[in-house]
Amino acid sequence: MSPMRVARTYRGARAAAGPLVYLNGAQRAALGEWVTITAPGQAPLRGQIIDAGEQLSVVQVLEDTLGLAPAGVEIALTGELANAVVGKELLGRALSGAGDPRDGLPPPIGEALRPLWGAPLNPTRRLPPSDFIETGISAIDGMNTLVRGQKLPVFSGPGLPALELAATIVENARAPRGEPFAVVFCGIGITERETRTFLDRFAASGALERSVLYLNQAQDPTIERLLAPRQALACAEHLAFVHGLHVLVVLADITHYCEALREVAAAREEVPGRRGYPGYMYTDLASLFERAGVVKDKPGSVTQLPILTMPDDDITHPIPDLTGYITEGQVVLSRELHRRGIFPPIDVLPSLSRLMNAGIGKDRTVPEHRKWADQLYAIYARGREARMMVAIVGEAGLSPADRRALELTESFERELVHQGPKRRTIQETLEAGWRLIDRVPREDLLKLSDELLATRQAQRDEAQHKGA
Amino acid sequence: MSSAPSSAKLTRVVGALAEASGMRAATLNELVRIGDAGLLAEVLRITGDRATLQVFEETMGVSLEEPVVREGSPLAVELGPGLLGSVIDGIGRPLGDLATLTGDFLLPGANAPTIDRARRFTFVPVVARGAQVQQGDVLGTVLERGGFEHRVLVPPGRQGIIAGVFGGERGIEDVVARLADGTTLGLSQRWSVRRPRPSAARLDASRPFLTGQRIFDFLFPIAEGGTVAVPGGFGTGKTVIEQSLAKYAEADVVVYIGCGERGNEMAEVLHEFARLKDPRHGRAVLDRTVLVVNTSNMPVAARESSVYLGLTIAEYFRDQGYRAAVMADSLSRWAEALREIGSRLQEMPGEEGYPTYLASRAAKLHERAGRVTCLGAPKREGSVTLISAVSPPGGDFSEPVTQSCLRVAGALWALDPELAHQRQFPAVDWHTSYSLYSDDMGRAFDATVDPDWSKARGAVLDLLQRDAELREVASVVGPEALEDKDRLLLQAAAIVREVVLGQSAFDPNDAYSPPAKTYRLARASLDLFEAGKVALGRGATFAELELAPVRRALATLRDAPAGDVEVKAAEVKARIASLWRGARSEAGGTS
Ligand SMILES: Nc1ncnc2c1ncn2[C@@H]1O[C@H](COP(=O)(O)OP(=O)(O)O)[C@@H](O)[C@H]1O
Ligand SMILES: [Mg+2]
Repeated sequence: MSPMRVARTYRGARAAAGPLVYLNGAQRAALGEWVTITAPGQAPLRGQIIDAGEQLSVVQVLEDTLGLAPAGVEIALTGELANAVVGKELLGRALSGAGDPRDGLPPPIGEALRPLWGAPLNPTRRLPPSDFIETGISAIDGMNTLVRGQKLPVFSGPGLPALELAATIVENARAPRGEPFAVVFCGIGITERETRTFLDRFAASGALERSVLYLNQAQDPTIERLLAPRQALACAEHLAFVHGLHVLVVLADITHYCEALREVAAAREEVPGRRGYPGYMYTDLASLFERAGVVKDKPGSVTQLPILTMPDDDITHPIPDLTGYITEGQVVLSRELHRRGIFPPIDVLPSLSRLMNAGIGKDRTVPEHRKWADQLYAIYARGREARMMVAIVGEAGLSPADRRALELTESFERELVHQGPKRRTIQETLEAGWRLIDRVPREDLLKLSDELLATRQAQRDEAQHKGA
Repeated sequence: MSSAPSSAKLTRVVGALAEASGMRAATLNELVRIGDAGLLAEVLRITGDRATLQVFEETMGVSLEEPVVREGSPLAVELGPGLLGSVIDGIGRPLGDLATLTGDFLLPGANAPTIDRARRFTFVPVVARGAQVQQGDVLGTVLERGGFEHRVLVPPGRQGIIAGVFGGERGIEDVVARLADGTTLGLSQRWSVRRPRPSAARLDASRPFLTGQRIFDFLFPIAEGGTVAVPGGFGTGKTVIEQSLAKYAEADVVVYIGCGERGNEMAEVLHEFARLKDPRHGRAVLDRTVLVVNTSNMPVAARESSVYLGLTIAEYFRDQGYRAAVMADSLSRWAEALREIGSRLQEMPGEEGYPTYLASRAAKLHERAGRVTCLGAPKREGSVTLISAVSPPGGDFSEPVTQSCLRVAGALWALDPELAHQRQFPAVDWHTSYSLYSDDMGRAFDATVDPDWSKARGAVLDLLQRDAELREVASVVGPEALEDKDRLLLQAAAIVREVVLGQSAFDPNDAYSPPAKTYRLARASLDLFEAGKVALGRGATFAELELAPVRRALATLRDAPAGDVEVKAAEVKARIASLWRGARSEAGGTS
């Protein structure tokens, strides 16, 4: 970035509208420059230049602009870009989306300032992620494996337990090899109740002192939502790449983030894209989600678990759609499974972990993991198709193989996907899957070789032998 | 004209756009350096003394009144030995060198030449003093890593009599020949990325571009020099297809453009391609690859340029007489970059906010693919084949980018989320996909692989068509209500889907399928179907047919290592022969 400049002050803005304040051409204004706007007798508002122009510069204001009279304000251009205070000292702290204390303690001093708008990681410096993270959740570990350095969002719907799932993962995914880890949680526009849901679970697991919380709640300023995840990511990058921690970042809820983005775009009278969201939303979201990964010759990692609510459960809505195009897969929650009391209600068919193959197999989980998952997918997909057919032709119209698949589909959901609050090791997950496969006649097991099935049979015999 | 002390100054900075005053002498598409950090930008518009610029680097922190310096030339790329195996950004800077300059994170203002100045190449001349040379003539060669013969060419527009030629160890900027008129010819040349490189003549698309993927080679083959659009929602397998083709397709050079996609994918490509061997030459795949990278978080203007940069590099190898292939993942991100810049320019938006010139730009870009007779001597042919991923919002193909590409591409490989959810990979929808090259390519395969290739292809397409119709019926009346011959057909189609169309990119033995294997699997599946029909005709019931063991044997054949293929194929044959016990006892009875 360019060298920092000196501060300048001006009196009087040209106009104000919603979250934007328009300045008469500010001298040497820099794009992204941090600005404070003070109205007589009021607390200063903070903002950032999003359009620097000789005649007119536009400031996006973080706090509420209610009651602002543009002509009378004093504007200070700080000469600095937006930065986040970062450091190990932040572990155990709760901060606002702008980085101010929310826990009654003094503001953190930190070890360093890191630019909020983080520079992109040089792709040649990335190490391809390949370290298996055991989340304790079968539908993830077995079927959609998470690896360190991945960004794997949860696609949820209104009222579905996405935060509970995130809390479970965070609790369970504790340092696989005892390596140092940390959690950065960023609440974006979520309600008090949602915040509590997450934090209570989290506090009970005793992991609070290893975490940093950035909280922008529903009642907090909207524009701060654009900053909050960047605070969180700057902090996570510092903990990971300076201190060598494995950092899991939970961002909830990306839908609120996108709404804030839309609000600014509308205030600027930009040509709206799909459903009113700005055309650059892909690029903007990528500037968040791409801040995950593993760096060559550095011990730490940043793994992201963003959560988003699909408006109307619609996966083609621009928010899940653009997210899915950027992230390395998605975990999709199903209203139907939730209704049937299955927890976590993960629909494995539309779910995907693109990095799964790098994280499983010999020396990671077990050599046959891929085949195991392929076979279960095949059985489940067939059963789901049969389930749709039943609605039309009735069970009697199904072929025997379809009927078998239908039955297994029920078992798959009840026995493998459903696990309640219990944690499962990867071995337990694989065994649960094998127990389903054991019930399938050989002719339906097209993905498994004779050798593999023989090995499985030998294991069962041995287990029975021991049990007897 | 460059670097004269300038009074040009920035008057506006917003996103990837900047405006400057004092730019009266600028020309359209001229490069400029802006700000104290000297960020690279390109002139898009000139009005009086004002110019609008698109900035190829991050503009955060750039201030008004910072200087602007004109470079005097448009965005160009350095072409020469050393490109293969390299990783460059959308404006041609090698990312490895940038890491040396700015560390793990990319910071604006860093600068490094495309090809390493310290590298030495052994230049072996093929022309001698006194020879008359024309544009495109091969001056000499450099042997690159992995045994690739890099042909050093007389640049377009140059000709004359060789006054001196300088073989031996040369650096990338060194002169390798001098013409009688004093012009010097270097080991490398520069070419403006937005201008197609010239060739002597365009040729018909008549030779198959072998992809090594059964569903493409068999059902929707494309030609060398052809273009194909690969649209699909997220997670449908576009990137896996691009990567599989980059690894295994029959091309001499692959330019892989990671356009607005993931950083981890690029890391994976680098990691894997360095270790993987090209199945035909035994050299590392990376040694035939040039990676152009602009990940989704890198500056958006360089996303727009990355596609042109990649195409220019491919054309340069085409001009040497090679088969180059361009993997563009994804053209939607290129189009979105156009949209983002267009909307900042306050241009009148067209459909979905894309600029009205989207379709014409897309057409021009596709026209840079093709098979050509190269300029110059010796006489040679080269090609650029373009495989573009398209990422339609919501997976809806009616959107402008998909439609603009389809209007000009020679083939469509349509990806379907339903198939992807069922883990049927490659998730190509065989009902909507097509290839305008398929008849010509069919004839070529008939001649080179098996005279029955086209016929078998027709039979498979027919089977899939009838399968779709029957499944429709079955979904209403239930599969149990179908006749035996129809149930056989459904099974045969399921087998075709699994062993012919299905191909795991992660199976070491099946990730690449040579045409002979493709044909063998298709043939065997059809043989099974025929044998089943014969058995039913002779009184067997569907339930008596032992299809499962054949299906497993076929899957085993599909996944067998090369050495085991004959044994496994014999097993498939045997299983087909004993499909029906009745036939066996019948045979036993008559003997
Ligand atoms: N040919 C294939 N074989 C096996 N798996 C595949 C294949 N193609 C795609 N997949 C699976 O689908 C996932 C998504 O594919 P990808 O190419 O990344 O999708 P897209 O680029 O369309 O978003 C991959 O991570 C992989 O798990
Ligand atoms: Mg992709």
